[in-house]
Amino acid sequence: MADLPGEGAELIQLLTPEGERVEHPDYPLDLSPDEIKALFRDLVLVRRIDTEAIALQRQGELGIWASLLGQEAAQIGSGRALGPRDMAFPTYREHGVAWCRGLDPAKLLELFRGVSHGGWDPKEHNFHLYTIVIGAQTLHATGYAMGIQRDGAVGEDGEAVIVYFGDGATSEGDVNEAFIWASVFNAPVVFFCQNNQWAISEPLEKQSRIPLYQRARGFGFPGLRVDGNDVLACLAVTRKAMNAAREGQGPTLIEAHTYRMGAHTTTDDPTRYRLAAELEAWKLKDPLERVRAYLVRTGAADAAFFAAVDEEANQLGARVRQSCLTMPDPQPMAIFENVYAEDTPQLEYERERFAAYLDSFAGEEVGA
Amino acid sequence: MTTLTLSRALNSGLRRALEDDPKVLVMGEDVGKLGGVFRVTDGLQKDFGEGRVIDTPLAESGIVGTAIGLALRGYRPICEIQFDGFVYPAFDQIVSQLAKMRLRSLGHVSLPVVIRIPCGGGIGAVEHHSESPEAPFVHTAGLRVVACSGPSEAYTMIQQSVSCDDPVIFFEPKRRYWDKGEVDTASTADSWLPLTSARTVHEGTDVTLLAHGPMVRTCVEAAVAAGKEGRSIEVIDLRSLSPLDVGSIRDSVRRTGRCVVAHEAPVTGGLGAEIAARITEECFYHLEAPVLRVGGFSTPYPPSKLEEHYLPDLDRVLDAVDRTFGY
Repeated sequence: MADLPGEGAELIQLLTPEGERVEHPDYPLDLSPDEIKALFRDLVLVRRIDTEAIALQRQGELGIWASLLGQEAAQIGSGRALGPRDMAFPTYREHGVAWCRGLDPAKLLELFRGVSHGGWDPKEHNFHLYTIVIGAQTLHATGYAMGIQRDGAVGEDGEAVIVYFGDGATSEGDVNEAFIWASVFNAPVVFFCQNNQWAISEPLEKQSRIPLYQRARGFGFPGLRVDGNDVLACLAVTRKAMNAAREGQGPTLIEAHTYRMGAHTTTDDPTRYRLAAELEAWKLKDPLERVRAYLVRTGAADAAFFAAVDEEANQLGARVRQSCLTMPDPQPMAIFENVYAEDTPQLEYERERFAAYLDSFAGEEVGA
Repeated sequence: MTTLTLSRALNSGLRRALEDDPKVLVMGEDVGKLGGVFRVTDGLQKDFGEGRVIDTPLAESGIVGTAIGLALRGYRPICEIQFDGFVYPAFDQIVSQLAKMRLRSLGHVSLPVVIRIPCGGGIGAVEHHSESPEAPFVHTAGLRVVACSGPSEAYTMIQQSVSCDDPVIFFEPKRRYWDKGEVDTASTADSWLPLTSARTVHEGTDVTLLAHGPMVRTCVEAAVAAGKEGRSIEVIDLRSLSPLDVGSIRDSVRRTGRCVVAHEAPVTGGLGAEIAARITEECFYHLEAPVLRVGGFSTPYPPSKLEEHYLPDLDRVLDAVDRTFGY
């Protein structure tokens, strides 16, 4: 009988849920205590951004929010494996990767508040815009990687691309086309699949009869599965895959085995389709707690460190909240901006007509 | 001046675009060794290499999606979709990704991607090889949509499209690929009609006939025939379908007072409907008759044995012209 998804597959792990450091022969990782403390800080801070955003949505300040709760290690581990010249293509849930790339968390809120459809310059932090159509960005990433090849930027000190997508996305045609393209052109791209077990209400079994990482073999490149709640393992496997890509060895599929501990988005109600016991089981594998346990166990961090991180998180949360509450609404005429490099006569005509229409209300009292 | 077929004129235009800018790429199915199923890219891979003229896997969404990625990296890809009816698998990448990236990035990102699509019927092809899918792209903000009608237009418009910083859907009239015409290959871009301008290809005073792509020749032939019977038809090649050159259309219709729009695509929800609405707004007091449309029927494209009945020919165009004089 074939393996069911999630069963019978090796899970690369460097830090157990209990916080014990384990070695893997293929993924040696030598981090100083300070480096591990820095990863812990990242994990706490991005969870705090997420918590704050959920609260803001509940209070009506955001239209919707896609929570990363439970996926912090997959995102921080992979995000911290990137070099400044590497390019990242996110879905709409990669708040942790955005953090690693240096994007202001407040910028993320614009899309969810309805102020813009993204709104940042991808070149500024080598972090592409959030993509909402599932899997579409895997092709953009692959094309970008083909551009790196054409620039002669593959090789020692080369560049590479990482693209994020979920378990549900692996059923999309675009993702499969991206696998084919990356394979036949040997493009320097790492496919980072966060298998969080659920595509809204559909479990992995609705997407695949085999573990997702095994799909890579059929396309002709390596695939591996990593404990997505283990920030050290995610860092190590991503670093190795990115290095392979930038050195010209082509793509890798990384399946980060993780869990969406929250709802799909704030509009979703997971109690309708999954058991509470499943969430309880995954809570024992929490990506933050195992690092905390490790730091305590090894004496690398003391109570003052944890208190300082918590305090920083609170300040960050307050700053995110303040940014949201003070974010100005766009002006009505912004509708017409940035549609074309050079505006069309029709657009100019409509803009003028609409401006005149708005002006016709000048001086009128709003409301009765 | 050189005499070239439309297909060779495109080939020359692409060649010049590749020569002028090392960031220009050509990509698509069979565009390399084969030179494309219509030979439009013939010899380009041999001269510019596999890195710039790329035979892609057989997946249209992949072609456009990776072209977007290449454009993000600073390249100017020219994608070939092999036939009109095969563009639909790429629809999301064109409509939801390519067309919107500038807006989503608040103007930080330009995607100078050209998507070449051989379009229209009349070559006796099987299903999905004879369609005219301009309307959904004209409807999509963020795209420019153009159609060339002859060799000279093909040569200049493909180069202008490559230079454009907006994504361009470039329709090629496949039954006119073998039409010959004079092309000034020594000319430079500053002497060319702007990409957004329509062109009057036959002057007249009684009625304005608007067409694009393969229908331009049909309409000119209709105008010549009508001229022998004393009716003066002005034919305008729209060239740019989005944005429309409303100024040129308006000026002509205000003079003639009558207008017929001809296209191969079904008339329902088609470009002709949009043009008729614009003319009604712009020329209401000048019109002697309603704007009439002559086009494909509101049916799927028929099997090739029936296509001569489906495609508007000279007689159906003139029938529509006659009807505008019935008001």
